[in-house]
This record gives sequence, structure tokens and C-alpha cells, in this order.
Amino acid sequence: MIIAESKPLAEVAGLIQGARKVLVVGCGGCVTVCLAGGEKETGILAAALRLLRQKEGNPLETVEVTLTRQCDPEYVDMLEKYVTDDVEAIVSLACGVGVQFLAERYNKWVVPALNTKFAGGTVEHGVWEERCGLCGECILYKTGGICPIIRCSKSILNGPCGGSQNGKCEVNPETPCAWQLIYDRMQALGKLDLLMEIQPPKDWSKSRDGGPRKVVREDVRLA
Amino acid sequence: MKTESKLEKLLSQGHFVVSGEIGPPKHANPEGIQKHTALLKDYVDAMNLTDNQTAIVRLSSIAAGVHVLQAGGEPIIQMTVRDRNRIALQSDLLGAYSLGMRNVLCLSGDHQSFGNHPTAKNVHDVDSLQLIKIVKDLRDEKKFACGEELKGNEPRFFIGAAANPFADPFEFRVLRLEKKINAGADFIQTQCIFDMERFERFMAMVRERGLHKKAHIIAGVMPLKSAKAAKYMQQSVAGMIVPDEIVSRMEKAADPRAEGVAICVEQIKHLQTIEGVAGVHIMAVMWEEIIPTIVKEAGLYPRPKAE
Ligand code: SF4
Ligand code: SF4
Repeated sequence: MIIAESKPLAEVAGLIQGARKVLVVGCGGCVTVCLAGGEKETGILAAALRLLRQKEGNPLETVEVTLTRQCDPEYVDMLEKYVTDDVEAIVSLACGVGVQFLAERYNKWVVPALNTKFAGGTVEHGVWEERCGLCGECILYKTGGICPIIRCSKSILNGPCGGSQNGKCEVNPETPCAWQLIYDRMQALGKLDLLMEIQPPKDWSKSRDGGPRKVVREDVRLA
Repeated sequence: MKTESKLEKLLSQGHFVVSGEIGPPKHANPEGIQKHTALLKDYVDAMNLTDNQTAIVRLSSIAAGVHVLQAGGEPIIQMTVRDRNRIALQSDLLGAYSLGMRNVLCLSGDHQSFGNHPTAKNVHDVDSLQLIKIVKDLRDEKKFACGEELKGNEPRFFIGAAANPFADPFEFRVLRLEKKINAGADFIQTQCIFDMERFERFMAMVRERGLHKKAHIIAGVMPLKSAKAAKYMQQSVAGMIVPDEIVSRMEKAADPRAEGVAICVEQIKHLQTIEGVAGVHIMAVMWEEIIPTIVKEAGLYPRPKAE
């Protein structure tokens, strides 16, 4: 899932400084799971913003609603009745996709309340780790199921680099060296010989360097 | 002979080569490089020019190489994949060759978080091994990385790569060296050696796989200036092993600089006895002036002339 975390309250407050009434929109998707932008967080943020503005003597009115997902037009549709004329800004607690979907739809000042971090998973309650760089062409079958593109600090495809020591990455003694993990796993699988193949330069055009990407499934399109 | 490199000539003639290293300055004045070249050129066969070493902005290695060449030295330009994508790398290779560079060392580069621009976006479009292959394909296939043919002169570089016998996983280090040689590395410069025992084990594995016959292996050494430097190397430099014995020798020394030189000379003499070691690479970071002393004391002066 997409992992995000809250922007500092002061930053969000700064983004909507001039508005008297804002719509605060949560998302029931990934950001609910990573406890950054679900219904609960939406309520807390709205209350905190109101309190802050009250102290400043510049009261703020908030309307709160949490959509099942902000990255799907059919759910965004449900926001229609809340986006009244007097709403001067929309604060989105979704990932960057949700913020953009709302901004595309409404002629309003839409601001992000979260920093969208990465594609990862929960390793323990309250700890999320990045696992995939969304490169567009998965090579996990070559590396024992460990992604060197995102988990190696230098995205080396023919690793490890000379800084790997005691299983840790040179960049941070807390970070496991992805190539140590790959080596150990391939050895356990009896597939070390696969690591001897020279991996050619990656086709980054399948990644973000090819511009915004699109996936089309003709078989499920309605029109 | 694949190239016009003097380094290649000396190695192929079987000489035990000596290379040194010059760190380009953090400004645009080339005087230091010229001065160091003048000082070193009779004592080393080639000089590495580091490429934004430790991710700190410095005068470019290629430009530094031009100054070395003009001052009568043989440059080895280092090239990291951290700062350039494959377009820039190849463009720089063509440019460097046109300016007279004949040796290139292909590296990943230290991570930018260690340097003076830790918030920079790094590149890592290709890795160091892929860069080796790119340099080789330009030279031997006359092909760009995209497969397109070079229509004019191809850059004919003597291709270097790095190996670190002190990083982990240890057993994979030799295989990775083999991979680099398979990709096209002609010579290898190793990380600074302090742990001779581990290096001996590494070289035994190298010989077992016959890798010393496929590429010239140049062993890295570094003269220590102080016990503090030794400790720092031991504790804070990723991928480096400094045995306690060396640290304590430095600590006990009345004249630590002289002791550092003595250790370095001992190491060089030891390295000369190891089968498969084709030379030494002296990395005297911020202490380039000491290299002539080390070379003389190790009995490696005068340097051979390449016929
Ligand atoms: S190889 Fe690409 S798609 Fe697969 S996990 Fe890594 S970044 Fe994600
Ligand atoms: S230490 Fe390992 S994970 Fe870190 S950059 Fe080097 S190879 Fe990649």
C-alpha cells in the first residue's frame, strides 16, 4: 500500500490561512491502514485546525467527510454535496493521487495534509517499510524476492557495492544491505549462480522517466 | 595492447606498477594538481583523479586529468555513476578521450548523504558494472549503450574497476570481481589493505579462479598519519577493516607519521610477494607529498620507462 504521514499541523494551517470554512476530506484506503488519513485522523486534524485558529482569533469552520477512496471518481462523486460555495479550501488527507483527483474535480484551493512517502508494508504495528520503487518492470525473480532498486541505496543491479559490511548498508548502520539479503537468500535457495549473470542497464522508460504511466485493461472497460 | 595507455603497457610488460591518487580541489584553481603531478610523476606510473570524492563537489576528474597530462603525468580518471546517467557518462567518456585520457576507473561512488549536498537527487541510472560494460562496448564494439554504432573514432580506454576484499559478504567479493572482469575490466584497484590476512585469503580465491590472469590486480595501500586517523578508518569508514594491531602500533609510535610510512612500506613489500598482485595503488589522502618517500623506501624507485 501507499504509506503517508501527516504534515506538521502548522504547515497545514499555513496552507489554509485565508479560508474561513474548509472541507477536510479523509480517505478510507491505504492511508487509513497506515493511520495517517482515515476517519479518525480527519476528525483530529479538523479539531486541531479549529483550535489553533480559535487561539489566533480567526475562527475556522470545518466540514469533515471520509471517502472510501479518493483515487476513484465514483467515490469522489459523493463529495459533491459537501463542496458548497462557502467552502474556501479543501484539505485532503489522501496520498498525492487523492489530492490531485479532488483538485481536478473542484474549482477550489485543494491542499495536501499528508506527505506521501512510498509503497511499503507494515513490518510491525506502527512501523512501515518501503519495499517497491514502482519501477514498472519487476525483476524480483532475479534477486530472490528482494528489491534492489528500492532497498539498495544505490539501486545496484549487480551488487553489492564496496560499502556493505556486517550485513548493513554503508548509508545507515540500521539499514540492512539489500545485496547481503539477496546473497543470503539466493544461497539458501541454491541459486547463487544466477547472481553471476551480468544484468544490463535497466529500462527506466517503464519507470517514472517515461512520463506519467497508464495501465489500460480493454477487457474491463465499459465504453 | 588494446589501448595507448602507458599503464597498460607497463602492466603487460610485467612491471610491478605504482599508482597514486590526487584529490582535485574544492575550487577552480589547478595549481595544486599541477604541483602534485610534478612531485609524483617520476615516482608513480599513473595517478587517479577522484570524481567528487565522498560526494563533495570538486574540480572535475576529467579536467583534473587534463592538468595532470599537461604537467607530464599519466591520468586515471575516476568516474562514478552517482552523478550522471548513461547519456552524460558516455558523453564524458568521449570528451575525456578527446582530451587525451586513456585510463578510466568505473565506480558506484560514495552515497550523496556523506557529502556536502546530502539533499541532492542521485542518479544511479546504471551501476558500476554496467558502466564497465559500456566503456568496453564503446571501445571493442564501437557501440553506444543503446546499441547504436559509433560513426567516428571510438574512445579506447584501459578499463579499471574497484574491488573491496573487506566488504561483505566476503565470499561473494571474488565472484563480484569475476563479474567485473567478465564485464570488461582490464585492471582492478582494491580498497586500502590493512588486514593482510584477509587480503591473502581473497587473493587465494582470486588465483583459484584464475582471475589474476584475466585482469591486473593493483593492491591499495594508505599511509596513516596518526593513531586518530587509524581509529577513524577502523570505526567510521564503511567497507574497511583495520586490525587493532595497526592501531596500537600507531598509538605507541613516538613519531606516528614515520610509523605510518614504515607500515605502508612493509605492506608494499609484503604485497610484492603475493602471487597475482600486479602493483600497488597508494592513496595518501591529503598527504600526496609523502608518496615519493614511500616509493623510494619500498625499493620501487626509479620507475621503469614504457618502451
Ligand atoms: S523490481 Fe520494480 S516493481 Fe519489482 S519490487 Fe522492485 S521497484 Fe517494485
Ligand atoms: S551497502 Fe548494500 S544496500 Fe547499501 S548501497 Fe551498497 S550494495 Fe546497496
